[in-house]
Amino acid sequence: MIGIFLTGAFIISGWLYFNRNIFVNYALLLIFIGFLSVFVFFEYHHINIREMEFFKPDALAILLLTALCIVSVPVIFHGYRYIEKHNVDETPKSRGLFFGSMVLLISACSVVYLSGHIAVTWIFVEITTLSASALIYHHRNIRALEGVWKYVFICAISITFVYIGILFLSLSLKDAGIEDMSFDSLYANADKLNPFWLKLAFLFIFTGLTAKLGLVPMYTAGIDAKDKAPAPAGALLASVLMNAGFVTIYRMYAVLARTPLHHWANTVMIIAAILSIFVAAVYMTRIKNIKRMLAYSGIEHMGLVVLGLAAGGIGVYAAILHIILHTLIKPTLFLQFNQVYWVYQSKSIYDVGNYFKYNKTGAIVIFLGFISATAMPPSGLFISEFLIFQSLFEAHYILILLAVLILLTMIIWGFGSNIFKLLFTPPLSIDETKIPYISSWESLSQYLLLGLAVYLAYDPPADFVTLLQDAAKLIPRC
Amino acid sequence: MTDILLIALAMSLLYISIANRLFTYLNILVFQGFILFGVTFLTLTKISTINLMLIMLETIVFKAVAVPWFINYVIKRNGITREAEPYLPNFVSLIIVTFITVATIILSSSIKDPNLDKTFFVVALSTIFTGLYLIVTRKKIITHVIGYIIIENGVFVLSLAVGNEMPMLVNLGIMLDIFASVLILGVFFNRIGDLLKDPDIKHLRNLKD
Repeated sequence: MIGIFLTGAFIISGWLYFNRNIFVNYALLLIFIGFLSVFVFFEYHHINIREMEFFKPDALAILLLTALCIVSVPVIFHGYRYIEKHNVDETPKSRGLFFGSMVLLISACSVVYLSGHIAVTWIFVEITTLSASALIYHHRNIRALEGVWKYVFICAISITFVYIGILFLSLSLKDAGIEDMSFDSLYANADKLNPFWLKLAFLFIFTGLTAKLGLVPMYTAGIDAKDKAPAPAGALLASVLMNAGFVTIYRMYAVLARTPLHHWANTVMIIAAILSIFVAAVYMTRIKNIKRMLAYSGIEHMGLVVLGLAAGGIGVYAAILHIILHTLIKPTLFLQFNQVYWVYQSKSIYDVGNYFKYNKTGAIVIFLGFISATAMPPSGLFISEFLIFQSLFEAHYILILLAVLILLTMIIWGFGSNIFKLLFTPPLSIDETKIPYISSWESLSQYLLLGLAVYLAYDPPADFVTLLQDAAKLIPRC
Repeated sequence: MTDILLIALAMSLLYISIANRLFTYLNILVFQGFILFGVTFLTLTKISTINLMLIMLETIVFKAVAVPWFINYVIKRNGITREAEPYLPNFVSLIIVTFITVATIILSSSIKDPNLDKTFFVVALSTIFTGLYLIVTRKKIITHVIGYIIIENGVFVLSLAVGNEMPMLVNLGIMLDIFASVLILGVFFNRIGDLLKDPDIKHLRNLKD
């Protein structure tokens, strides 16, 4: 089925790129959504069955794949609205490239989730870079060029790092006399691997993938990308693409967790996580660009996720729950930003304000999105963050917990002061006659996503909990 | 013979650290492409002939001819001045690159692994680090690209060290080469030239907080 999915997705993506007819374009997108849903449904019913030698839909893959499918529907819908609104600048060619790349990005991310082999993962991570760069460069102006240049260059370096990591991993396998580089074989033979090369391999793979996951040291590329990409594409970059980085790091970490290097890997991850939360806190307290602020919020959440992994115990479960809920919540804010931009024609916090007056339903989404993203109850993230803190406490990382709590308070303050400025303070100057009418229906999908996040956290279906527990079992308890 | 070629590769790094003109950089890229061609031929003795031919074709066509030619085309098309414009004096660069090489030799001698070919390891690591060094100390965007290609050459040497057991990894390395170079060079540098009349990184400093 993965082969059929990939072929179909490539055909649809290529067709979208070459097609110039608007109706065919939307028909193809509808077909893709249907195709993706069928694919997810099929994989859900074939869990843990190896396909085409290199792919294995385990519990984590199914969870992330379902989240991806749920998020893609509103993203594609808002992508369509985005293209329609910018009608003056759009040509059939730019529209085709936009949707073609979007389909390619979504498909590449889903294959990364399903991949059970480090080399296959690597190839599809490359493809995500390719498709993401086409999305970032959509507007073809000098700022977009700067964003895409930085993104491509840093991702090229990071993908080289991952490749070096894979080479070191192969050296560590060589000592053990193993040739199979699939994750299952790595888990089974973890204790035979040469620890020195394994350490180097993990360091390089982890550092390389931080460009996708959005952690220190390579987070910068992602920030510019999410800022310059059209908001619906930004929603994808801030959720499903980050998950692609997460899933690979998680699987590599699961290999190290079966060796005596477990503690060392935890230390590396905690350092990266704390620095990421610190960077997010520093920037979010002084940032004036709303989209970049949302991007930095993603850095903070990924820091928390990795911290949960490193703390172990219930933290692993919480980390996976956190990343699923984050996948639902962050796109909401990005998609809603589209409407904010229609009203004010600016991303700067100095130009916006009094949003409640101009778009009530949208303003409520922003407000609820803010509550959700900062993990205040009734946000779903409250549960997962609470569990992460609990796991830090149980693992006796009290000082780290304190530092994180202080940094999170700063982040909530920075985030809140900007959001409240957007919602309630009157803007300095605005021509109210130019504000377009925005239908309340455009915010419906955002409400549904936020509602789903609350539902999954407070009253999770039994299947969801089982999948989460299975996914967390990949990391053995120490 | 392999050792001689690899040492020549390491020496080309010292030369590139003091090179002043962009065309010297390109000549070194061509030179490195030919060296990698030779090393591939001598090292990968255990893999299938077709695969070996594919890999060698890639080194000669892609690394030694296509990429340097394309960079040359970009330089001419955009009228880039031929100075490399380093931030640091050449003498300092030479010392730093020497230091990098010495440091990797010391590092590798501390690794006790019978499976590791030390020459490959030292040359690969010093090439990678020299590439990174070139990226951070040169002003032009095109020299960043050249630095990246040097990093790729280093990675390619590293992949040859495990190539006999796992030819798949060398093929992956080729994919990396083609993918990254085409993406970086083909799609964007042309456009950077169109939008920026003076391709210097000082124009790429607007996205910040």
